[in-house]
Amino acid sequence: MEVLKIATAGSVDDGKSTLIGRLLYDTKSLTDDKLEAIEKTSKKKGYDYLDFSLATDGLVAEREQGITIDVAHIYFSTASKSYIIADTPGHVEYTRNMVTGASTSQAAIILIDARKGVIEQTNRHFFINNLLRIKDVIVAINKMDLIDFSEEKYNSIKADFEELMSKRDYQDQKITFIPVSALKGDNVVNRSESMTWYKGQTLLEHLEELDRKDIFNVGTPRFPVQYVIRPKTEEFHDFRGFAGKVYGGELSVGDEVVVLPSMTRSKIKDIYFYDKKYKKATRRSSVTITLEDEVNVSRGDMLVKAGDLPTIDKQFTATISWMDSQKLTTGSKYVLQHGVNKVLAKVDRIHHKIQPDYSGIDAETDALGMNDIAQVSFKLNKPIFYDAFKNHRTNGSFILIDSHTNATAGVGFIN
Amino acid sequence: METTIIDTPTKTEGLPKLKINALESEAIYILREVAAQFEKPVLLFSGGKDSITLVRLAQKAFYPAKIPFPLMHIDTGHNFPETIEFRDRLVKELGLELIIRNVQDSIDEGKVVEESGKYASRNMLQTTTLLDAIEEFKFDACIGGARRDEEKARAKERIFSVRDDFGQWDEKNQRPELFDMLNGEIEMGQNVRVFPISNWTELDVWSYIEKEDIEIPSIYFAHKRNVFLRDGMIWSAEDEVVFRADDELVEERTVRFRTVGDMSCTAAVFSHADTIDKVVAEIRESKISERGARIDDKRSEAAMEKRKQQGYF
Repeated sequence: MEVLKIATAGSVDDGKSTLIGRLLYDTKSLTDDKLEAIEKTSKKKGYDYLDFSLATDGLVAEREQGITIDVAHIYFSTASKSYIIADTPGHVEYTRNMVTGASTSQAAIILIDARKGVIEQTNRHFFINNLLRIKDVIVAINKMDLIDFSEEKYNSIKADFEELMSKRDYQDQKITFIPVSALKGDNVVNRSESMTWYKGQTLLEHLEELDRKDIFNVGTPRFPVQYVIRPKTEEFHDFRGFAGKVYGGELSVGDEVVVLPSMTRSKIKDIYFYDKKYKKATRRSSVTITLEDEVNVSRGDMLVKAGDLPTIDKQFTATISWMDSQKLTTGSKYVLQHGVNKVLAKVDRIHHKIQPDYSGIDAETDALGMNDIAQVSFKLNKPIFYDAFKNHRTNGSFILIDSHTNATAGVGFIN
Repeated sequence: METTIIDTPTKTEGLPKLKINALESEAIYILREVAAQFEKPVLLFSGGKDSITLVRLAQKAFYPAKIPFPLMHIDTGHNFPETIEFRDRLVKELGLELIIRNVQDSIDEGKVVEESGKYASRNMLQTTTLLDAIEEFKFDACIGGARRDEEKARAKERIFSVRDDFGQWDEKNQRPELFDMLNGEIEMGQNVRVFPISNWTELDVWSYIEKEDIEIPSIYFAHKRNVFLRDGMIWSAEDEVVFRADDELVEERTVRFRTVGDMSCTAAVFSHADTIDKVVAEIRESKISERGARIDDKRSEAAMEKRKQQGYF
């Protein structure tokens, strides 16, 4: 069975929790005891409908305020696929949590309240999903029941959104529009009888057919070394295995590789997964690699195929999404974690802030506050081995750690 | 040498094709990050299926070397005897180091007070013993088998979850976790709770146990047991730690346990699933969630969140 991770964006008012609840309910993924708990609490609150947000908003503060603060992970499956929904908050002050949820997702659902149409918040949700280069975005125009299932109004909202699409940076992103009523169950799992004018797929039908092939990463294997395995037992006396996860492409026994940063060349001798040897290691498999030659490799080094080197540099410019209450300022220093590699980084220059809503205002600034997005140049104490984010999601991203508080203060996408 | 790659690592051009392989590789990656980023990690072992799965994953992560951290069991003293017997055998077979700390000692030292009454449980008391042990051994990372699908507060949990000096979880101020990057930087006295199987569901765990042919304690399989019913739940009548009123009648039924925790808060389910494939089939069809048989979650809507804030797993 395949697994697909989806990020949802929208506020409670858009019916996001109701939509997730509807997906769970109509796929019969809610167990009786959970359903009973929702019924009980809904009744206690005096609702005459089932408040599914009670199933997803796991924190007391969230239930009190009726909003989603932090990412929740929800699991369900159909006969053909397993799904993980990263339920992310929609409010501007939780942009960082939205970025977090989207960073590990392959698809995203953006919710629009059909009565309100495209609003400022929609722009931001779309901007972030585009910045993170989510391949498939589903625009679910919800609450169709409250606008009399009007095709005309649906088309007008769709046209407004399409205007946004012309402004996006990542043009290859696939956008699908679906008119739904999460409350009534129209076009979520089951086809709507009230919108016979809509000939497309239901939300679940669309998800079931999504192709997970990641078009950016194929063909460029990167192997960041996490850990060096030296058993020092009699049987494995000289064993030096480099443990890590393969990103971007395949590695095979016999491949000629270069160890970064030493630039030493060698060949892959064996690929282990537990006690078995394999000829190939595919993307995202956690394997242990041994090399033909005795070379010095330690954590943070990277194995790449000879002839397919990443950029090796001590400076670069990246789009930063700032996540900390402590401001990022010119000249400030951070620990930069790129994959499993850590170096020291100094902010060289903040170029301009980007309004994450396509409003077109790029303000000059010398400091970034929480939830700001900007172009920033860095200088490092040691070179890192990176690809542009648009070519390599994993090897083109990094986090910034505040060395005083140890907080993950920001995330960067390398230009 | 294996000529073709049949299952793990997978053969396709995309992500590992099968969910279970992707989850397995993710867990191995996390365990290796723990070994690399921390000085004194420990794997919290309860003898339940989730922590047994963690042990297998750790074996895989570091092969052919030994698992580079010890196991620790916070023993409530109210464990199913089958679990303890299983634990000792596993540790011996794999040559692992096992640390045991007892809730009874915390009670004897007057640090915690035993609950009394119908719903008395040592489940809450574990937290004190755990926090004391973390301090005693100066553990900086504690690996646990909690999963996000278990409970709605756990659904909010990070993979590397920082705890302060008092073991507390600051749920409203968690570190963002982006892509695969895990930030394990902490200050002296803090520790990180690590959840390598965060993204696994109960069914994933069972499917993995089946696929890997992992041995688990016998109480997970259907067996005859003297039980009594209370609040629609099935309680073991074979152990005196479970409070039973005189009017609660004992009967012999065929049951199994879906979770294995402290006996005083873990109820059984009626089941005839006596083999792993039958258990997998039963979980697949189940209409009740896993923690539906845990009385400790039924204390209030926010029972788990409250316990976690105090340092519980």
